[in-house]
Formats: sequence, C-alpha cells, structure tokens
Amino acid sequence: MDALLHQVLAGLATGGIYASVALALVMIYQATHHVNFAQGELAMFSTYIAWSLINAGMPYWAAFFLTVAFSFVLGVVIERVVIRPVENSPVLSVVVVFIALLVILNSVTGWIYTFTIKTFPSPFPEQPLFGNKYMSSHEIGAICITMVVLLLLYGFFRFTPLGLAMRAAAQNPESSRLVGIRVGWILALGWGLAAAIGAVAGMMVAPIVFLDPNMMGGVLLYAFAAALVGGIDSPGGAVFGGFLVGVLENVLGAFVIGNELKLAVALVLIIGVLTVRPSGFFGKVHVTRV
Amino acid sequence: MNKRVLAGYTVLLLIACALPFVVSEYRTFQFTLVLIYSIALLGLNILTGFNGQISLGHGAFYAIGAYCAAILMDKAGIPYWATIPAAGAVCLVAGFLFGLPALRLEGLYLALATFALGVSLPQLLKYHHLEEWTGGVQGIVITKPDAPEFLTGLGVALNQDQWLYFFTLAVTIVMFLLAWNLLRGRIGRAMMAIRDNHVAAEAMGVDNSMVKSLTFGVSAMFTGIAGALGAIAVQFVAPDSFNIFLSITFLIGIVIGGLSSISGALYGALFIQFVPNIADEISKAAPWAIFGLFLLGFIYLMPMGVAGAIRMGLARLTRKVHNKQAEKP
Repeated sequence: MDALLHQVLAGLATGGIYASVALALVMIYQATHHVNFAQGELAMFSTYIAWSLINAGMPYWAAFFLTVAFSFVLGVVIERVVIRPVENSPVLSVVVVFIALLVILNSVTGWIYTFTIKTFPSPFPEQPLFGNKYMSSHEIGAICITMVVLLLLYGFFRFTPLGLAMRAAAQNPESSRLVGIRVGWILALGWGLAAAIGAVAGMMVAPIVFLDPNMMGGVLLYAFAAALVGGIDSPGGAVFGGFLVGVLENVLGAFVIGNELKLAVALVLIIGVLTVRPSGFFGKVHVTRV
Repeated sequence: MNKRVLAGYTVLLLIACALPFVVSEYRTFQFTLVLIYSIALLGLNILTGFNGQISLGHGAFYAIGAYCAAILMDKAGIPYWATIPAAGAVCLVAGFLFGLPALRLEGLYLALATFALGVSLPQLLKYHHLEEWTGGVQGIVITKPDAPEFLTGLGVALNQDQWLYFFTLAVTIVMFLLAWNLLRGRIGRAMMAIRDNHVAAEAMGVDNSMVKSLTFGVSAMFTGIAGALGAIAVQFVAPDSFNIFLSITFLIGIVIGGLSSISGALYGALFIQFVPNIADEISKAAPWAIFGLFLLGFIYLMPMGVAGAIRMGLARLTRKVHNKQAEKP
C-alpha cells in the first residue's frame, strides 16, 4: 500500500510536467489546429538557455523569468517566420515543417552545447518539505508551479480583453477579423505563450531527467497522450490528462508491465483514445458534414 | 519517346552494373545502402505520397523486417535470400493490422499515432521477455553472405560487398517494377483517388477502408524488405539504431526526392546516404541541421522534390524542342 501511494504521488509529480507540455500543445492546437511536434525540442532549447544563464552566475529565479520571456519571443518569431508561410497548406506540409523544426532545434542545441549530459539545478530545497517521506520538495514544487501556470492561463483567457480576443480568433477567425482583431498576431501570441509554458515544463523536468538534447522525446510522447486523453481542444482536460497519464505510467510501470515498457503505455493510450474516443474526456465532439 | 525512355533505363542499368567494379569496396557498400533506402522510401511514398496517409513511424516496419531477417538467420539458420520474402510477408501482415486502427485516423492524428509508434519502438525491442529472440540491448550479429559458388565456376569472382550489391540491385529492380505496376493499375488509381477526395472515391465504388489498410500493408512490406536487406548489409541489428530519427530520415527522403514519384525514391535515397557524409566533416550535429534546412527549403520552394524539378525541367526542354520544330516549316 505504501509503495502504491509512493508511486501515485511520484506519478502526480511527473504528471504535472506532462500537463504543462500538454497545455502548450493544446494552446497551439486551439489557435491553429496544428499539433506541434517540435514542442518538446522547443522546451529543451529554452532549458539550455536557462542553464547558460545560471552558469553565467545569474540567480535561479531571474534566469527562470528571463528564459520564459526569451521563449515567448522565440515562439512568436518562429510562428511569424517559419509557420506562417505554410498556414493554409495541406497537413503533410505542416507536419514536415514541424519535423524540420524538431531536427533543427535538436541538432543546433547539440552543436552549441554538445551531447553530453548536464545537471540542472532545482530551485527547491533538498530536504523533503514538512518531513514527509513520499515526495521530494522538487516534486511538490513542480506540481505547484504547474497549478500556478494553469491558474494564470485561466485568468488570462477569462478576464483579459486579449484573452477574449484569442478565444474569438480561435473560434471564428473570419468574424474576429471583421471586428478588428489582428488574427495573425493573435496566432503568434498563442505560439509565444505555448513556448513560454514549454520552457517552464522544461526547467521543471530537467532536474529529474538531466539535461541533454534528447531529454524531451519521452516527455513529448506522454504529453501527446495527455492532451488526447483530456481532449485536444480542452486546456483543463490537458491538465487532467497530464496527471492521469503520469500516475498511470508510474503505477503500471512499477507493478504491471515493468519499467522497460513505459513508453508503450503512451503508445497504447494514444492509439486507443484516437480510435475509441477521438475527442477525449473533455473535448468537443466534432461532426463533419460529408 | 518510349524508345528514348527505354534507352535511358538501359544506360542507368549498365551504369549500376558497372559501379561496383569502378569504385572502392566501401563505396560499393554505400551504394548498396542507397538501393536499400530507395526500397524503404518507395514503400513510404506509396503510403504517404500516393495514398495521403502520413507515417512518421516507418522506421518501425524497417526494424521489424531487419529483426525478421536477423532472427531467421541467427536462430533458424535459414539462408539469407530466403529471409527477404519472409520479412516481406511478416511486415505485410503487421502493416495491414496497424492500418486497421489507422483507418479511423486522418492526417494529423495518423501522424501522431505513427510518431508514437516510432518513438516507443526501441523500448519494445529491448523488452526482456523477447530477449531470447531479439538479443536485447546487444542486438544480433549476423554474417555477411559470400557470392554463390556457381558464379566462381563461371569465372566471375565477386567479393562479398560486390555480391551483396548485385543481390540488392536485383531485389530493388523487382520492387520498383512491382510498385510501378501496382501504381499505374486500378489499385494505384484507387489509392490516388482516395488521397485526392475520399468521398468522391467512395461514391465511385472504391472500397476506401480495404484499399487504405492494404496500402498500409504493401507499404510496410516494401519497407520491411528494405529492413531485411539492411540487416544483411550491415551484419548487425540493435534496438537503438531504429529510433525515431530513422523514421524521420525516411520522411526527409521522400520529401526531398519527391512525393508521389517512383523515381523520387532513388534521389531521396542518394540524398540521405551521401549528404550526412559530406556534412559530417563540418560537425557531428551538422547533418541534422542541414537535413532540417533542406526540408524547410523544399517545402517552401520545391514541394514536388527533386523528381518534380527534373520533370519540370525536362518538360520545359522538350517543349522548346517542339516549339522549334513547329517553327521550322
């Protein structure tokens, strides 16, 4: 029982990270109906930036916020320069562009920082909080940060005019344009937000999996699974899905199928959800007219 | 015109046959790999280019083919040439079965599902209950085949690399003929009809789900056969050589070579074999950066790939000739 509890709590901690990446995926999907295959590598690249800043002697939290700001700008630039030309192209071209981004980010990071594994500091104390024996303080901290990000996003979309404009642009681009919303820039903003959320996720996962250019491969897959389980167009669903996938992965990995097949859990989840219930738990069911 | 095309193919074949006697052993091996990649790319192109189903996980079928060949040779002692059809058959079934759930997935979602397959495959291959067969992390080492004895009897002395090259060349020619035949016939037209407008295709009496899952199977068969040849050529299979980047390499190959073009598979294979060699001299990470840049460049500027550019260039040239002929009288 104790072991199970431990696994569930550890699952919640990694689940928070999956939830963040899934949230970033949902952000981009909602705005553009694209699934960003380069989301993981984007987060990884941001984390390396944070690593450089910290190594240059900057305090952790300063580096943290600077990295988030930098990632936001990077996301906007990528949308304007790389994604915009293929905005209305067939799906295949869009997927290929994302794959191109993935390999470019991966190899450029490897080029600059080499492929050797680096350690990344955690902002939280080493001793477990409140003397509990189940979760390290980094795990608790990661969950809290995910929740803060989620609340901020919710507030942004619910209570600010810009958030309202973003929701409008996602729902009906033509009408939004008619009432004076600059839809192109709103899409770029969505990309910027997604990149910033990804950066937070990257900095939270790096102390656990260590920093290397391929660190996000598995995380991205779980995030895909999380986004699909929750419903790819539902931010709240993505967070729920993230925690669910994190717990499932840990519990199944520890007790049922062994750690070697953990990624297969994501594969089965993705294919299962897509074939049985493509809208996930909280997504909208889309009906297309023939 | 038809005579000219035939002459072109004959010249190409003669060059292909002369190649291993002109270049070094290592280059011969590289050209063998080019042929192998071209079969794999042809398989992916049948699925993605001609049928419009995106696969980001075709490395998985390449791996299944490679493991089939390796296990059959290593555990069952079956001769190398017999493993090729076996690997093809296994991949045909595997591809067909994966194609069934894929029926419900369109465009982006199929890309996602196949991406998941590609990422999780190395872990599946390392699974310890299968270790007896797959050799786990260490993989399987197999021996390179010698040239058959009757050839030496005929007075043709080929070394291992040269023999393997000719063996692969023969398989490649057969596979390309098969693909050409398949694609210009009724089934090929049905595939393209589904890609262009699946509702109209269904209305015209095309069995969409059957054709789509069969295409998945045939595509996997091509890639699986390439995988089996690849295992024999490099004499080694291990889980980590079949990671997601292999699948991405195939995607790069078909985009650069030319989507929905049979000859494009060959250009793509030349690209993915030789460009990394050149780029490696700049930096270890450079090949992938260059791959990515080429990919972006091709999507923006040359969406039909090298094959499309050559076709357009030829069309322009011949049109000029025609115009001149028309002007003369």
